[in-house]
Amino acid sequence: MSEMLHAKNVAKSFTLHTQGSVTIPVFEGIEFMLSAGDCIALTGESGSGKSTFMRMLYANYTCSQGSIKVFHDGDWLDITTASPHSILEIRKRTLGYVSQFLRVIPRVPTLDIVAEPLVALGTDRKAATEKARDLLTRLRIPERLWQLSPLTFSGGEQQRVNIARGFIADYPIMLLDEPTASLDAQNRATVLALIEEAKSRGAAIAGIFHDHETRDAVCTGSFDVTSFKVGTND
Amino acid sequence: MTQMNEPLLRVDNLTMMYGDRVGCKDVSFELRPGEVLGIVGESGSGKSTLLRSISAQQEPTKGVVEYQTRIDGVRDVYQMSEAQRRLLMRTDWAFVHQNPRDGLRMNVSAGANIGERLMAIGDRHYGNIRSNADSWLGKVEIASERLDDLPSTFSGGMQQRLQIARNLVTSPRLVFMDEPTGGLDVSVQARLLDLLRGLVHDLNLAVIIVTHDLAVARLLSHRLMVMQQGKVIEHGLTDQVLDDPQHPYTQLLVSSILQN
Repeated sequence: MSEMLHAKNVAKSFTLHTQGSVTIPVFEGIEFMLSAGDCIALTGESGSGKSTFMRMLYANYTCSQGSIKVFHDGDWLDITTASPHSILEIRKRTLGYVSQFLRVIPRVPTLDIVAEPLVALGTDRKAATEKARDLLTRLRIPERLWQLSPLTFSGGEQQRVNIARGFIADYPIMLLDEPTASLDAQNRATVLALIEEAKSRGAAIAGIFHDHETRDAVCTGSFDVTSFKVGTND
Repeated sequence: MTQMNEPLLRVDNLTMMYGDRVGCKDVSFELRPGEVLGIVGESGSGKSTLLRSISAQQEPTKGVVEYQTRIDGVRDVYQMSEAQRRLLMRTDWAFVHQNPRDGLRMNVSAGANIGERLMAIGDRHYGNIRSNADSWLGKVEIASERLDDLPSTFSGGMQQRLQIARNLVTSPRLVFMDEPTGGLDVSVQARLLDLLRGLVHDLNLAVIIVTHDLAVARLLSHRLMVMQQGKVIEHGLTDQVLDDPQHPYTQLLVSSILQN
């Protein structure tokens, strides 16, 4: 399987200047890699830094040391040193991320929010909207809500909008932060099916899954972040 | 989409002194077509000074502002003749002020406000100007029947959208915005943000936006520059600067936001 992402000797610490400049070491010496078709579960107890590590993979958090190389457009790019412009290009075309938070401009219709990543890739608006409709239907968001802003939706509905938006483009690498956390059984099954489809088209996936069932159903391996944890173990 | 990788604007070591007092100091960056740069920082940190010095409204004490002009290639903005600079400012550049009254002429109609920028670049055909003005009113979601009304009869949000239409009618490539959502209430702000984001994407605009509102910066800008006492203390990818700030002042700024 071809390698898509490779983190080498990655360390992370936070320095809190507003709290007496205390430095909190989080990770040291992380070695992690993802290949096409993989779905790796990031594991570790609550507070162990799974989300922090995922944010580092998305370049949302900086790394204190090491490199995270991403295979993008036929080249390896290190996102820890890439320019903001390159990182945005990587996120647009290579690296998808389903976060737990929906951050959107109020009043923009759900359908547009879901279609946006495809439109940004140059797909025409009609085709993008068509695909957005399909995904929203599969994820059981009632059609009467599609023209409304998702900010008025329930937590579970917002999460499904996030998932639809995250899966609309065929990103070669996908990061999923608790994609099934507040979903009922039916919707969870839909998300599992979406993950399976992504795997079979060759996406390289890293995910945080709160339940064993989901993990056992879709993951090809796991990665325990705890082994790279440093500092406070009290 | 040509020259996507060539900077449209290059600012090098820009410094503005007011006597002994620092307005802004040693600011350098590049901006490409389609890129939105947010400048944040508290009042008096030099954001607006920087914006004025870049946008040829106030000659800096030191430093260079270079712009990729449509015809003459890269030009130093402050080495141009006054006439060339004025032409640049009213065609290829646009400036959206916080207070629409500073960017609009309040005693002529909405249509004339838009048409005026077209006439300034030599458009003389009344019918064309009027239909162009009308189509821009539509783009900023103002009803056609308000074309002949004075801006003073518009709400604050409408005035701000009219100012944007007036600015964008000449198809500028670089837009400067100083707190464009500043005086608007929250629901009107959301509408304006949505509109601006759509226009930036559809017209591939490069934008420099000064704001003290970090939520606005997050939603609109690709990159963020944080200023304190006239200096850029942190500069990078917007979500990285806001979610994992490195500089003490940025951390203070981010941690001071009320969570919703």
